[in-house]
Amino acid sequence: MMLSRTLEEKLGSLYRAGGRIVGGVYLGRGQEAFSAAAGIHLRWEKDVYGPLIRDQAGRIAYGEPILDTMRTYLGVVTGPMRGRDGNIHRGQPQKGYMAMISHLGSLVSVVSGALFARRLLGTLGDTLGATSIGDGGTSTGAFHEAINMAAVEKLPLVVSVANNQFAYSTPTSRQYACENLVDRAVGYGIDGHSVDGTDLLACLKVFRTAFQRARAGHGPQMVVGRLLRLGGHGEHDDASYIPDVKKHEHEGRDCLIVAQQQALDLGWATKAELDEWLKNARREVDKAQAQASKEPTPDPYRESWQALSTQRLAEGMGQ
Amino acid sequence: MSLTYLEAIREAQFEALRQNPNVFLYGQDISTFGGAFKATKNLSREFPGRVFDSPISEDAMIGMAVGAAIEGARPIVEMQFADFSSVGFNQIVNQAATLFWRTNTPCPITIRLPSGGTPGSGPFHSQSMESIYAHYPGLVILTPATVEDAYWMLLESVKINDPVIFCEHKFLYYHLKSEDFGEAMPIGKARIARPGRDATIVTYSAMLHESLKAAEELRLDGYEVEVVDLRSVKPMDTDTILASVARTGRLLAVGESFPWGGVTAEIVARVSSEAFHLLDAPPMRLNSKDTPIPYHPNLWKSHRPTTGHISAALRDLLRY
Repeated sequence: MMLSRTLEEKLGSLYRAGGRIVGGVYLGRGQEAFSAAAGIHLRWEKDVYGPLIRDQAGRIAYGEPILDTMRTYLGVVTGPMRGRDGNIHRGQPQKGYMAMISHLGSLVSVVSGALFARRLLGTLGDTLGATSIGDGGTSTGAFHEAINMAAVEKLPLVVSVANNQFAYSTPTSRQYACENLVDRAVGYGIDGHSVDGTDLLACLKVFRTAFQRARAGHGPQMVVGRLLRLGGHGEHDDASYIPDVKKHEHEGRDCLIVAQQQALDLGWATKAELDEWLKNARREVDKAQAQASKEPTPDPYRESWQALSTQRLAEGMGQ
Repeated sequence: MSLTYLEAIREAQFEALRQNPNVFLYGQDISTFGGAFKATKNLSREFPGRVFDSPISEDAMIGMAVGAAIEGARPIVEMQFADFSSVGFNQIVNQAATLFWRTNTPCPITIRLPSGGTPGSGPFHSQSMESIYAHYPGLVILTPATVEDAYWMLLESVKINDPVIFCEHKFLYYHLKSEDFGEAMPIGKARIARPGRDATIVTYSAMLHESLKAAEELRLDGYEVEVVDLRSVKPMDTDTILASVARTGRLLAVGESFPWGGVTAEIVARVSSEAFHLLDAPPMRLNSKDTPIPYHPNLWKSHRPTTGHISAALRDLLRY
């Protein structure tokens, strides 16, 4: 969580400084506890993970090196997307790390398909899959179709729903009319779990249960976390539409401060150790930035400009 | 014994399932029921656990196939009708078509689209979608016009490491017959279905057969019309088209999809820009009309190009 916050603060300041970051910056401030609590249950290069835009903490917990993050934001060819796509769209599908597209809800069926294939090909073993959505994304047809399909197939899938109160600027009152998003789980015939998304301990507990149940064959698990996006939709957005009173409600508290207090209370870390972790995080982020900054950006004259993997079928139009 | 175009589709899927244990079929009503057109008849019995009924969720069906392909499976997805693939459009053009270019991960999925008009099918069970998918980078678009191509090209589709939009024509399902599946021709190569010297028709799918009949009509007037069957609209075999136009000096492109843009416009554009000097007459194109596809056969017959329309267009082209 600390590394994620530190990394994202760096990305935000690079964006505001201008000239370095290619494309937009969409941060997960306020959602780190909920995201990391899911990611920590997933094994890099083993489990399938389809994170969404505010899952930097989950990506780190899953095992993605922050150098890959930095490389993608700086658009260098050494990153997983090689300058062909950017930022939050990054992934390495061949490792089970799915690369989201901008169309919300459409990744749920992709993660499900990977699990379906593993079961069919006998490679599933004890692996499982997880993906994320926000309150806005639950309104898409793609989300509904995919959850229903995953439920029919009883796939070992955990779906995090970060109910952060705003889809870009649209409040939940204009997004859905049900009492609570978790109620939808009943309609899909899957397990639903609710959690205070600002409480790391509670998030860890609920995700542990959800992952255990998914692995034990109980089918998809929907975990709805209630929290507040502590910032704009992206760094271009001042979020002036979020009323101040919201920020002072329970959901508006900073999950990182809550988690640090929990760590102190439980004796996981001393104040000195927390300070040390923060220092290490800053060092790591600076190192990644320094490394990625030295690396080459894409060269249009070396680009193949072919969208197919089958060379003989590529048209090579547009010369 | 004779085999229909529809049987070729079934047999190709049988053979794909037999050859590769990573192949599976996913679609609405395709398992025990065998599909709305019976293109998967008995396959669930012959390959237990590899032919799956899906919910009515075209978006999730394609997304699921993409995820499965990432994991090394080779799904064949049946859209019950090509028309319904519009519900899965986002997953096709944004998820499947961009995956390799974005992430270097191949996406070997085959999407079968029962395409084109049949009498009485109306606006939502008659569409030809090849033009709209061909517009997007990252997809291979196949349009078999013969029993042989239906078999070999579908079998080959499953082996291609890219998303294939397989446009099989419903009008040909039962009408078209062949003694056997013959031999495979490579994908990406057009075929001279009928040689000629006076004009070239470039066409594909069911329009091939209307075009061949029109060429036969013109023969009675002493004209020899060459007919090129594209077989795959993307990639498009421009070399074969240009070589034919070099022989005849006249071009008519015929397709069943809507007239605004699309495959026939692409053919005319390529010939006009790359071989303007070979043309003795302005290149022509013929498509269905710019309205939704009508239900009543009287209207439908006038909506899509038929032998009569093509013959008339050819006469105009030859008269120029």
